[in-house]
Amino acid sequence: METITKIDLRQVKETYNKTASRIRKRIVICAGTGCIANGALPVYKAMEKAIADAGLELFVELELNRHDLDPAYQITGSGCQGFCAQGPLVNILPDETMYVKVKPEDCTEIVERTILSDEVIDRLMYVNPVTGEHNKGQLDIPFYARQNRLVLGECGHVDPENIREYIAHGGYFAAEKAFTQMTETEVCDNIVESGLRGRGGGGFPTGRKWHLTLKEISDKKYVICNGDEGDPGAFMDRSLMEGNPHRVIEGMMIAARGIGADEAYVYVRLEYPLAVKRMRRAIEDAMDAGILGDDIFGSGRNMYIHIMEGAGAFVCGEETALMASIEGKRGMPMPKPPFPAQKGLFGKPTVINNVETLAAVPLIIRNGPSWFNQHGTVGSKGTKTFALTGHVANTGLIEVPFGTTLREIVYNIGGGVTNDDGKVTGEVFKAVQIGGPSGGCLTEEDLDMPLDYDNLIAKGAMIGSGGLVVMNNQSCMIQIARFFMNFTQSESCGKCVPCREGTKQMLSLLDDIIEGKATQETFELLEEVGLVVKKASLCGLGKTAPSPVLSTIVKFKDEYFEHIHDKRCATNNCKALRSITIDPEKCIGCTACARKCPVNAISGEKKQLHFIDPEVCTKCGICYDVCKFDAVLGFN
Amino acid sequence: MLEIIEKNNHDKTRLIPILQQVQEAYRYLPPQVLTYVATALNMPVAEVYGVATFYAHFSLEAKGKYIVKVCDGTACHVKGSSKLLDALYKKLKLSQQKHTTDDMMFTVEAVSCLGACGLAPVLVVNEKVYGEVNAKRCDDILDGILKEESDMKLAESEEISK
Repeated sequence: METITKIDLRQVKETYNKTASRIRKRIVICAGTGCIANGALPVYKAMEKAIADAGLELFVELELNRHDLDPAYQITGSGCQGFCAQGPLVNILPDETMYVKVKPEDCTEIVERTILSDEVIDRLMYVNPVTGEHNKGQLDIPFYARQNRLVLGECGHVDPENIREYIAHGGYFAAEKAFTQMTETEVCDNIVESGLRGRGGGGFPTGRKWHLTLKEISDKKYVICNGDEGDPGAFMDRSLMEGNPHRVIEGMMIAARGIGADEAYVYVRLEYPLAVKRMRRAIEDAMDAGILGDDIFGSGRNMYIHIMEGAGAFVCGEETALMASIEGKRGMPMPKPPFPAQKGLFGKPTVINNVETLAAVPLIIRNGPSWFNQHGTVGSKGTKTFALTGHVANTGLIEVPFGTTLREIVYNIGGGVTNDDGKVTGEVFKAVQIGGPSGGCLTEEDLDMPLDYDNLIAKGAMIGSGGLVVMNNQSCMIQIARFFMNFTQSESCGKCVPCREGTKQMLSLLDDIIEGKATQETFELLEEVGLVVKKASLCGLGKTAPSPVLSTIVKFKDEYFEHIHDKRCATNNCKALRSITIDPEKCIGCTACARKCPVNAISGEKKQLHFIDPEVCTKCGICYDVCKFDAVLGFN
Repeated sequence: MLEIIEKNNHDKTRLIPILQQVQEAYRYLPPQVLTYVATALNMPVAEVYGVATFYAHFSLEAKGKYIVKVCDGTACHVKGSSKLLDALYKKLKLSQQKHTTDDMMFTVEAVSCLGACGLAPVLVVNEKVYGEVNAKRCDDILDGILKEESDMKLAESEEISK
């Protein structure tokens, strides 16, 4: 058997930092999925070339044995820096100058002016959409300055494909401490004391879960990291796995130490190819460094991590379904009890935690539980990441302490609500959908409520995995409810009747409302079926599937009634309820629409105003398409 | 085929990775393949079929050369992904029932969240992600692919005539 030379964390950290201190500028180019789509890779290449052209000595990876580099420059790709809509992002350290929407042709100027002459290039700076103010970097861009990035902290600073950088930032010291200086019970107690609750949706206290698994006696135990982030509108787990995979691995190691497991699985969605690649690389590097494998940190304990790619089933985010999937079966949930803590993967006691939960664990061990629990509210400790998307100026990934208000998130970090043209304007806020298909809607009146697990449950929503979709007043809430219903209906695994049949019925009732065929009875039935599905379903998917409908029924009853009784959709999103008219100001009587109308619903003489007969019109939209004068109203 | 199964040690619990690797090789799962996998793993065909039809990633139908995925996650949805899908259907003469063009060039799918919500609406062609796509840009992307294809064909025929 080949022996692996164990890495000495202290020595790596010291040498790395010594070498890094000689680096004059470190250029960090965001290489998350978002920035790559926006063209970050050509920027990276152009930057490398621009630095070479300027005759500077450039390092992609620090060579630890060299101490003669003075002054030197380093360029590195990073994981998601969160500010996706502004990408590609280029962050220059130690100045903390951040350039947004950088193009390859900007790189020469960046090297000449910023890298060599310490100037800031005005036109590449972030411009506040409301005040028009130019911001220099993460310290003064409100999107960053108002966050508290603990779990995401190293994301966007360290190179995710370089284990030494993670170690230099204090990585794996917590795992070492857990394996060499703490007992299993101490590890679990630390997590209990920190108040950490599951970040995947349920909010179950993590420490308690670990204790329950620890007390089971078994020859084999497993740790599973749940990275099957299926909630539409949430991408924090993807960003963490892409941006700081070693933190997730370290969290899994500590969990394994806490419950006495020696094998672990990371279950990653197949829709996240980059996350899979980076996690795989990180596991290999940790194996090579002797951090994973046999006899970890000389403790005599072993630890192996496998990666399992999902195959596209939302229900596999449910823990029992996920374990069935790892075992090679259809991903269907099982009734609980037995809980995974007693009988989990391959029938063995298993702890299953979400990516974000596990990424918080090393911080707790490193800094102590009382450091962690000073953040947040009484019942919800620490920070939470949210994927802020929809009609908001600054979309991206954010992290704030529990207890932050929605107003702070939407208006200060998010920079305000946008209209359909993407401009920030006042008075267009309608709702925030939180928690994805399991969550609900929050409105104007909830803007000042501190966000935490319990407040949200009381409002009929849930924090879920943290998807936060902002909607302006051009969004139809019935359509939103239908969108989620359609999602859960097609993702229902079909095992239990309430979920399989109930979601189908709810969907067709919603379709009736949208198509103008509903009566008061439809509405009452929708609510009743919703309550039954919620009560009678087997797993979390079914139990929470009616939430988007039930929560919109409470918050937007009038909008439902308008659709049902007046057959009208105020936002004009429901095709069947549209009223299509011709603008008398704009119509010149060219007859194009009348000639194309497939049902002859349009009448009018040449050069005269035309009319649409609402009784005949099928609202197909052809007239809108052919009109060159934008005279057909009612489509948006 | 056998190579894939051997690499996975004939392990039943590795059924999903096996099917993933098979699909990667064949671009879909033909019925004969499912029978073969079942026999090789010594398990009922029904069970393999059950798994293959359960997961959205597995396709029992042949797919086109370019798989165009339109993200229909929440953020993309509120930013108009359904309009994008309509535009694609119209351009490629496809529908919700017909996903692949007759020349086996394009398959259009609406998929659940791709996790690139900051760039909504998002379109993915094979592995390449395009953000903030509108109907016009979508047109340009497809035209770009078609041009590349015809250039490639042209180059090939020139090669042959040489």
